[in-house]
Amino acid sequence: MTAEAIPGTKVFGTLAQLLENRTVLSVLFMLPAVSILVFFLAYPLGLGIWMGFTDVRIGRPGVFIGLDNYISLFDDDVFWLSVFNTLVYTVTATIAKFGLGLWLALLLNKAIPLKAIIRAIVLLPYIVPTVLSAIAFWWIYDPQFSIISWMLQKFGLIDQFVDFLGVPWNARWSVIAANIWRGIPFVAICLLAGLQTISASLYEAAALDGANAWQRFRFITLPMLMPIMAVVMTFSVLYTFTDFQLIYAITRGGPLNATHLMATLAFQRAIPGGDLGQGAAIATAMIPFLIAATLFSYYGLQRRKWQQGGRDD
Amino acid sequence: MKKLTRRESLKLGATALAGAAVGMNLGHSARAQEPTLDLKPEQGATLRVLRPAKFVAGDEKLWLENTEKYTKATGVQVKVESQGWEDLRPKAAVAANVGKGPDVVYGWHDDAHQYPEKLVDLTDLGDYLDKKYGGWYDVCRKFGMRDGKWIAIPLGAAGARIVYRISALKEAGFEEWPKDLDGMLKVAQALASKGKPGGLALGNAVGDGNTWCHWLVWAHGGKMVDEADQVVINSPETVAALKYARELYQSFVPGTLSWLDPSNNKVFLDGQISWTMNGISIYYAAKNSQDEKIKALVDDIGHAILPVGPVGHPTELHLTVPAMVFAYTKYPNAAKDYIRFMLEREQYVPWQEASLGYFSQPLREYEKSPIWTVDPKHTPYRDLMANMLWPGYAGSLGYASAGVMADFVMVNMVAQAASGDKTPEEAAAEAQKRAERYYKV
Repeated sequence: MTAEAIPGTKVFGTLAQLLENRTVLSVLFMLPAVSILVFFLAYPLGLGIWMGFTDVRIGRPGVFIGLDNYISLFDDDVFWLSVFNTLVYTVTATIAKFGLGLWLALLLNKAIPLKAIIRAIVLLPYIVPTVLSAIAFWWIYDPQFSIISWMLQKFGLIDQFVDFLGVPWNARWSVIAANIWRGIPFVAICLLAGLQTISASLYEAAALDGANAWQRFRFITLPMLMPIMAVVMTFSVLYTFTDFQLIYAITRGGPLNATHLMATLAFQRAIPGGDLGQGAAIATAMIPFLIAATLFSYYGLQRRKWQQGGRDD
Repeated sequence: MKKLTRRESLKLGATALAGAAVGMNLGHSARAQEPTLDLKPEQGATLRVLRPAKFVAGDEKLWLENTEKYTKATGVQVKVESQGWEDLRPKAAVAANVGKGPDVVYGWHDDAHQYPEKLVDLTDLGDYLDKKYGGWYDVCRKFGMRDGKWIAIPLGAAGARIVYRISALKEAGFEEWPKDLDGMLKVAQALASKGKPGGLALGNAVGDGNTWCHWLVWAHGGKMVDEADQVVINSPETVAALKYARELYQSFVPGTLSWLDPSNNKVFLDGQISWTMNGISIYYAAKNSQDEKIKALVDDIGHAILPVGPVGHPTELHLTVPAMVFAYTKYPNAAKDYIRFMLEREQYVPWQEASLGYFSQPLREYEKSPIWTVDPKHTPYRDLMANMLWPGYAGSLGYASAGVMADFVMVNMVAQAASGDKTPEEAAAEAQKRAERYYKV
């Protein structure tokens, strides 16, 4: 009896043949991952962007209104203030987190006593839930109960408590400091992992060639670390740019909206304010900045020349 | 919207009085003449109720006890869920939007007017309570009614009074808190010069910031919108209010620009300020404190109603709690009946007492609740709803009024002018521009 004689077998045979096909098989294998990406990432993102073009509100579906939300934002001083705040916040906090994180990673990479315990302690700020540390900072910066002001006063350095959160620039620097405190462990631990992959023989060879500590850092550590730095930098920028919890718990965007980030403003307008369309537009306006930061990390920090210790000539 | 004029309410009151008199003449008790409303909960009904998380412990305890009473009386199982104050509004709106969730929601302010078509008509309940308990305060009709129908039943309002240290006031040479704005400014300045400043929240404080900033601007005759929902905040009246705010601010303790809702409570209880504006919670916290230093404040805390400004009538704003029944509920009668039950004398009065007067009533009859006289310091909190206006006064309630308030337009304006960050004129102009974005067609 031949296979063709039984219809069921024929179907089975075709299926088997199909599965033999590399293209079909690869599509099938990718399907679960692709559907997860589509349903949980692409769809919400697409929906968010679409909402930015509508006047949807919580409790009421919207209609397409074109660029109205964006035109209205363009003329909105509070929005531009939040863009400015977000850029200041992201740039300063990221640079500080990177500098201090790298320094900490280099220190932790040395043979020091109780290395494992110290590394665990370093991670603590990152482990504490953000809201808890934010509330702690809220007290630390309190105009009446600040422990920093209290200590400075005890030492006779100030007469009056510092108004950390009541003056726009004080408030900006205060929340940036809180963000740096929280973000350093992430950068430090990731870079430490990178440092440990660098072969000791490279340093030995450099030492034989008479390279000093700076040269070893500049021509071995930095280039070898560059790929992981690109990834860490990308994530760090993304996390900082989209920060919400710290601001929301410490200042709610005050004083005088001086610490409102785009994320907190989007929330304020969309959820308590009910204007989902406007909130979505603000959130969508964050995307170009995020793409720019990602591109910078990928095409900038991953330059082969830099990774080989070279310069742009 | 049907709005009762003062004359009409008087007439209604007179009719009610006459009715009661007739009742007595006929030899029946007044109680027997009370209107009734038989809502007959559906067979096998169960309810999910969403309400704001407790602010004072007694509130939730009594609420749950009353709910149990309701279940015993009707057999309707009720699940009460408490929600953090700031999450309540979005949660209610999402429930309205997706058509699934709690049957009854006790929300905030203008919630009902954001999705009126998703709510069950509560007109019979509104009328019944109106007749039975001496009538709604006028502002309750604003919050609860739309197009002549009741869409939400106000449960009451949590509000603010001037909270001051009696000893400090005396030391500054005053006997009682003034009833007018000029007097208040003088007191505030005198207290500050004695090293006993006051303080009001100017950060993005949802409750405290909005309460006092709206009161102050309205007291001078400024308002966000007129009756036709035209934005009119940039007015000489507003500028006058902002100039007053600038002067008052200079008597404040440093740091109020960053104050959020809890700030003034803790600073007052720590003895660092001599006056602020708050709910009864500061007094309550002092009374129940285990700390001797804080407990010692109890006798020294005084409460006063908010001064009346040049407009000549009270212009307060307090946090109103409307009860709504969502149209998707399978048990509308049970839901309405539950709201009715909680507002009936037998439940409402003990609940008000357990909440220590944190919530002031929406119905005039409850002005007689013993909570308001058991301690003279409670009395100023009695007339919150009689003295208050509504968000987005003098316009309508809805998306725009909610959006403007959530975006802190009024608070930011007062903060800018008070701190000197902007001139009163600039601050008013910016607020005008911001509000117009919400009130555009």
